[in-house]
Amino acid sequence: MKLRNQLKAAIRSLGKNKMRTFLTMLGIIIGVASVIAMLAIGQGSKESIQKQIANLGTNLLTVFPSASMTGGVRMEAGSSVKLTMDDYKAVASRCPAVLYSTPTVRTSGQLIASGQNWRTTVWGVYPDYFNIRNLDIDKGAVFTLNDDRTASKVCVIGQTVNKYLFGEGQDPTGRIIRINKIPFQVIGLIAAKGQNAWGQDQDDIVIAPFNTVQVRMMTVTYIQSIMLSATSETMIPEATDEVTQVLKERHRLGPSEDPDFSIRSQADISSAATATSSILTALLASIASISLLVGGIGIMNIMLVSVTERTREIGIRMGVGARGRDVLLQFLIEALMISLIGGLLGVGLGIIASGVIASIMSWPVTITVQSIVLSFLFSTAIGIFFGWYPARKAASLNPIDALRYE
Amino acid sequence: MGDLEVHALRGINMDVHKSDFIAIMGKSGSGKSTFMNIAGCLDVPTKGEYMLDNVDVGKLNKDQLAHLRNKKIGFVFQSFNLLSRTSALENVELPLMYNSKVSSKEMKERSINALESVGLADRSHHLPSQLSGGEQQRVAIARALVNNPVVILADEPTGNLDTRTSVEVMSIFQKLNTQGITVIIVTHEPDIAAYTNRNVTFRDGRIQKDFIVEKPRNAATELLTMPVLTEEETI
Ligand SMILES: Nc1ncnc2c1ncn2[C@@H]1O[C@H](COP(=O)(O)OP(=O)(O)OP(=O)(O)O)[C@@H](O)[C@H]1O
Ligand SMILES: [Mg+2]
Repeated sequence: MKLRNQLKAAIRSLGKNKMRTFLTMLGIIIGVASVIAMLAIGQGSKESIQKQIANLGTNLLTVFPSASMTGGVRMEAGSSVKLTMDDYKAVASRCPAVLYSTPTVRTSGQLIASGQNWRTTVWGVYPDYFNIRNLDIDKGAVFTLNDDRTASKVCVIGQTVNKYLFGEGQDPTGRIIRINKIPFQVIGLIAAKGQNAWGQDQDDIVIAPFNTVQVRMMTVTYIQSIMLSATSETMIPEATDEVTQVLKERHRLGPSEDPDFSIRSQADISSAATATSSILTALLASIASISLLVGGIGIMNIMLVSVTERTREIGIRMGVGARGRDVLLQFLIEALMISLIGGLLGVGLGIIASGVIASIMSWPVTITVQSIVLSFLFSTAIGIFFGWYPARKAASLNPIDALRYE
Repeated sequence: MGDLEVHALRGINMDVHKSDFIAIMGKSGSGKSTFMNIAGCLDVPTKGEYMLDNVDVGKLNKDQLAHLRNKKIGFVFQSFNLLSRTSALENVELPLMYNSKVSSKEMKERSINALESVGLADRSHHLPSQLSGGEQQRVAIARALVNNPVVILADEPTGNLDTRTSVEVMSIFQKLNTQGITVIIVTHEPDIAAYTNRNVTFRDGRIQKDFIVEKPRNAATELLTMPVLTEEETI
C-alpha cells in the first residue's frame, strides 16, 4: 500500500474517534510539554548560575586556613592554624602567576546612620579586592593603600546598605556611618551586583581598609583568608601551585605533607554549582519523562482496543490482499501519528508553559533547540515502541479467523 | 478440554476450468464455506493440494497468499463485509490500494467502472449504512471484480435478497462469466443454481453430485419480464 494512502487511511480512522484520539494524544502532549518546560527551567537556572559565577570573577582564588591533623583528630576548619600578614606578603611578592591579591578579614557590624539601623558584614581588604571581584564604583571612589596604612575610618558601601541607611538612589558619599559605634566616613558606593548563585545579596556589604577592620574593629593579628586573582584563567593551576609551595615552605611542611590551608578556585565552586543544577535538570526531566511514558502506555492501550474492535476490518483488508506488513504499517502509522501530532502540540504547549513560568514565577527559563528535538524524538520513539506490539498483533491475525470474529 | 477434530472436507477431487460458472449446493454444515475459503486462498487445506493456475497454493507463505488474493481472486463474502463508515467507492478501491502498480487515478477510474457494471455508479459516495442489502451486495461484487480476477467466489450472494434482486445479482455474474471470468457461488436455492452452468452438491464434506446444467436460465432476459418491485420503487 502506498504511503500516501496509508496516511490518508490513518487520518480517517483516527478521525472516526476524535475524542478518543484527542485524549490519547493528550497524554503525549502533556508529557512532551512537561519535559520541555522542565528542561527549560533546568537550563535557565544553570545558565544564570554560570553567569553569576562569571560575574564573580572566574580567575579568583581564595586561600583559607584549613583543619590540621593534631594527634589524629581533625580540628574544626580554621581553628588552630591562622594565616598571618607575613603569609600574605610572601604570597603577594613571590608568586608571579598572581595578579591581584588582598588579605581579608570579615566581621559583622551594627550600622547606624541618620537614625537608621542595619546589620551587615564588614570586610577589611586592600583596594585590589575591587579588581579581584570585578566591583565597579557607582559614586565616589575606592580607598587607597595609604588609607590602609593609616587605618583611616573610611568605607565603601553596597546598594542595599545605602537603601536602608540613606534611601535608594541617594548619594551617600561624605556621610558618616557608625559601625559598632566607630564613626566611618562613606567615600564610595558600589555599583549593583544583585544576588549571587546561592541567592545572597551581594549588595548588602560594607568594605573598609584592611588595617582599619583588623586593628580598630576586630583587634586581632591574623587574617581570615587571602583572596587573589591569577593573571589569566588558564594560569589558575599555576597560581595554585605557586601559592601552595610558598605557604608550605613558610609553614615548614614537607612537599609530601598535607597543607594546613586550602585553596579554592572559582572554577571549583562553579563546577560544583553547575553539577548541582545539572542533577536538578536531570531529575526534573526524568520525572517529566515518566508522564511521557505513561502517555505511551495510553497509546498502546488504545491501539490494543482498536485492534480488537477492528478485527473484522483487518480480516476484510487481508481478504482483499493486504499482507501482514501492510496491516502492521497501518496500525504503526496510526500510533506514530498520535505521538507525532501529540509531540508537535506538546512542543508548542511546552514553549507556552515555559513562557508562563518565566513571567509568573520570574524564574530564568531557557528553551534550547536540543530539548525540543530531544523530546520530539523521544515521543516518536514512544509511538513506535508502544505502537509496535498492537500493530504486530494485528498483522499476525489469520484472515479467516479475523473475518469470522464477531 | 480438547477440541473435537472436525473434518469439514474430505476426499474432494474437483477440477474447475476457466469460464466455468459453478453453483455449490448442499446442506448446512456440509463444507461449502470451507471449500470456498480454500478456493479463495483465505485458508489452506490441512491435507491434499489445491492447484491454482499450476501453483500449489498449500506451499505458499502468507504474503504469497495475500498476493494471490489480491491479483487473481475476487471474494464476495457471505455477509457482505464492507468497511463501515467508508463510502461505496472507497470500499471498491480497497483491493487496488494493496496493488502498488495501480496509480490513484487508475484506481478511481477502475472503481467507478466496477460500480457502473453493478449499476451503482450514482451511489458511489454513499456509506454502507445508507445502502440496502441488495446494494451492499452489489458493492461487494464490484469490489470482487475491480482487480480483474480470474475467479470470483461468492458465498451465498443471494442469501439475504428478494427474488428480483437475486436475479439481478445473477445477471451480473452471468455477464462477468461471459467475459471469461470463472465464477463459483454457494447457494441453497435450486432456482438460483439454475442460472449457472454446473452444479456441485456437497454432503458431509464430500462431493455427492456434480453435473452440467444443460440449459441455464438467462437472468438478463428474465429480468425484462419480471414485475418491478425493487427498493428503488418502494422508497
Ligand atoms: N473454525 C472452525 N472450527 C471448527 N469447525 C468448523 C470451523 N468452521 C467450520 N467448521 C465445521 O466445518 C463444517 C463445515 O462448515 P462450513 O462452514 O463449510 O459449512 P457450510 O456448508 O458453509 O454451511 P452453511 O450452509 O450453514 O453456511 C461444519 O460442521 C462446521 O461446524
Ligand atoms: Mg457457509
